[in-house]
Amino acid sequence: MTVAPEIRYQGEMHQLQKEIMAKYYAEATAIAKGNGRKAAHLLIAGNPVELLRAFDVLPIYPEVNVLQIAVRKGSLPLIQKAEELGYAGDNCAYVKADIGLFHSGYETPFATIPKPDVLVCNYVGCNVYLNWFEHLAELTGAPAMNIDIPFIRTLDGEPTADDVTYVVKQLEELIVLLEQVTGRSLDWKVLTKIVERSAQTGELWSQIKEMTKLRPAPYDAYFDSVTMMAPLYTLRGTEEGLRFFEVAHREMTAQVNRKQGPLPEERFRIVIEGPPPWPKLRVFRDMFSRWGAVAVASTYSTVGGLWEFGFRHDPAHPLESIARHMLSYNVCNRTFLQRYDQLERYVKEWHADAMVIHSVKSCRLFSAGQGDMREHFVRDLDVPTLLIESDLEDPRYFSEAQLRNRIDAFFEALEQRRITAGRAAGGVA
Amino acid sequence: MTVTLDVFPAARYRDVVEDRDFPTVREYQARTGRAALGCYPVYGPFELGYAAGLLPVGLFGGGNRIEIQTADSRFQSFICSVVKSTMELGFQDKLGPFEALMFESICDPARNLASIMSRNFPKQKVTYVHLPQNMTSAAAPDYLTSEYRRVLAELETVTGAHVTDDDLRASLATYNALRSALRALYAFRAERPQDLLTGELYTLTRLATIMDPAEVTPILREALDAARARDGRVKDRIRVVLAGAFCEQPPLELIESIEESGCYIVDDDFLLGWRLFRRDVPIDDDPCRALALAYLNDSLHASTKHDLRAPRAKALIESARSHDADAVICLIAKFCEPGLFDYALYRKALEVESIPHLYVEFEEKMWLYERIRTEVETFVESMLFR
Ligand code: SF4
Ligand code: SF4
Repeated sequence: MTVAPEIRYQGEMHQLQKEIMAKYYAEATAIAKGNGRKAAHLLIAGNPVELLRAFDVLPIYPEVNVLQIAVRKGSLPLIQKAEELGYAGDNCAYVKADIGLFHSGYETPFATIPKPDVLVCNYVGCNVYLNWFEHLAELTGAPAMNIDIPFIRTLDGEPTADDVTYVVKQLEELIVLLEQVTGRSLDWKVLTKIVERSAQTGELWSQIKEMTKLRPAPYDAYFDSVTMMAPLYTLRGTEEGLRFFEVAHREMTAQVNRKQGPLPEERFRIVIEGPPPWPKLRVFRDMFSRWGAVAVASTYSTVGGLWEFGFRHDPAHPLESIARHMLSYNVCNRTFLQRYDQLERYVKEWHADAMVIHSVKSCRLFSAGQGDMREHFVRDLDVPTLLIESDLEDPRYFSEAQLRNRIDAFFEALEQRRITAGRAAGGVA
Repeated sequence: MTVTLDVFPAARYRDVVEDRDFPTVREYQARTGRAALGCYPVYGPFELGYAAGLLPVGLFGGGNRIEIQTADSRFQSFICSVVKSTMELGFQDKLGPFEALMFESICDPARNLASIMSRNFPKQKVTYVHLPQNMTSAAAPDYLTSEYRRVLAELETVTGAHVTDDDLRASLATYNALRSALRALYAFRAERPQDLLTGELYTLTRLATIMDPAEVTPILREALDAARARDGRVKDRIRVVLAGAFCEQPPLELIESIEESGCYIVDDDFLLGWRLFRRDVPIDDDPCRALALAYLNDSLHASTKHDLRAPRAKALIESARSHDADAVICLIAKFCEPGLFDYALYRKALEVESIPHLYVEFEEKMWLYERIRTEVETFVESMLFR
């Protein structure tokens, strides 16, 4: 149990993802080099990417850029650059890496990031977003808009009718702003088509997510989901994005038919809560693989949108459905207790043995109060739950030995629990 | 004539404002039958709770008066103290007088706190107010008006009251009077900081967060008269603007030691939500709308309010200039992300404007101030003997 087994599943989907992301970044670089097309910076949580695509504006997600940099081990110098400029050790490191990137001329190993022609701050849950884009507005001088998304705060867990009206009106204002920036007017037919493709994408993604209810799960719903998340945001609504999800769906179905999972043996089914530690993704994954632990569901894969509980975009009502996506069909704009419910459903309906909470210092939206979450799952629901801490962008907070010890101890205990339960079930004391 | 400290109104309330058993609130409840609405910082529509028959009371955590025992296991080490100590008030059974709690969309930890409080302390009804962060949308006034109506309806279910627009107008008028008294005190302090120390002003403002506005306003007016009657000697101190303590509050002793280290504080953002509006809210046809418009168009800048029309760094510079300040002290709560993010912008703007500044990080639960005192003294000396 000391060596992590090789992850067997690395199919066509991964290859295709690499290709389309490379193409996406080539488009970004072309804009940065001045080809005249426009780029908007926006944020992942409940993103309204359909509207940007309708204007042929390229969506640029600073979060996706800086996580790619972190995976390539390049985040620390950028973070430190920002800290020299007055950003605190305790500020979200995504923001710091992006500010550092701005001051490094937006050059990355995989693209030159275009400066924003417009800043679309989709304030969906995360308050740090507001700070982040204020700072970008000051640095870049680009026109900026905050799209204010009222947080879920009613007893029934739904947005109010006034919330929906308010968001739709703001989306109309965003359309006016995009018309000014691009000099063209919105073609509603184009928007409808894009929204229709988003609905199809959502359907495929949702079906893919259903598949991990099976044993073995055909892919890891945490580590492999992130492969699908980048196209879900950058390319949702495009032909190419839809094709990617068709390929992914086909491939996962084949996995299911072969009864094949990502590991040689699925020994533990876990639900993972919280974002991954990008700078050490591989090392982190191995800490679970060596125990045969496969994630069957994850909250992180719902930051940009939550489709598996039934939401689909609606081409007949494009703006309303974009508004609903932003308001309530993503994990970020839901209350902390709604996240408990989401996780509980994952544990029950996806048949998980345990839950792992990866608490990241940068992201208080995700992490603040996860001690209470653990309390609830352990005490009230009797779900074995592990809480570990590191960061999503800053490698300084990843303490490998300590994490490994905690994870090993947890799975050892889980194994023990299983043996004991097996004995009890078999009538052996 | 010189009025000595101990007869000055603020001195009388020093202990009361920091008492986490809320003796004045309990006394008020016994006397009037009104329960309290705990208002987490920074700003909430207090008028709605007051009209519904509740006493809005500022809930600023435990300060350095309670020890965090249980809340530490619920919130991680990198979360600010006021979040934890507010929860600890619940664990230590201090929330008895509160029938409802109000939280607002100020930051991510506070938002999660609202959820967690409702799960752990079901006796208190938790109301969450989403204050808009798009101040320029043509739809914002309608939205915020409807949000206030929604919040009002929730609070009505707590007390069973049926609140009329006249009740609301009366409530607006009462809070207008309170804020006007606070504005007058702030203006006086800026003009004659030697005659109204910030430690005193803070105590008085804090008093306003735990008392019935109708009862505290006369006390504030009396305090202003008493301060006016003073004739303090202007000491050799620098004039500073303080920014960054808009939510978690520093211990009173820390504020005093900053003053004693050679500063006249001429503007600050302590207890900001209780004096947020620049002028009276019009007693209009639709009181919820009037209150909404006051927030959108007539409120002070705050680190938790993101108004793309008005950069906060610019507002800080303006405050420093208009108050004739020599320097700025950024007094920021440990782990407070909105405060820390603003600091990055403040620092740049202050450097551009050549306004000297000092960065000080505090925690509500601190009780040793020597290090900060030395830092401030060194800073003041560097200013005085330049
Ligand atoms: S706090 Fe979390 S959601 Fe917000 S910007 Fe940082 S990582 Fe993203
Ligand atoms: S002190 Fe700062 S981080 Fe803490 S609750 Fe207040 S605003 Fe949020």
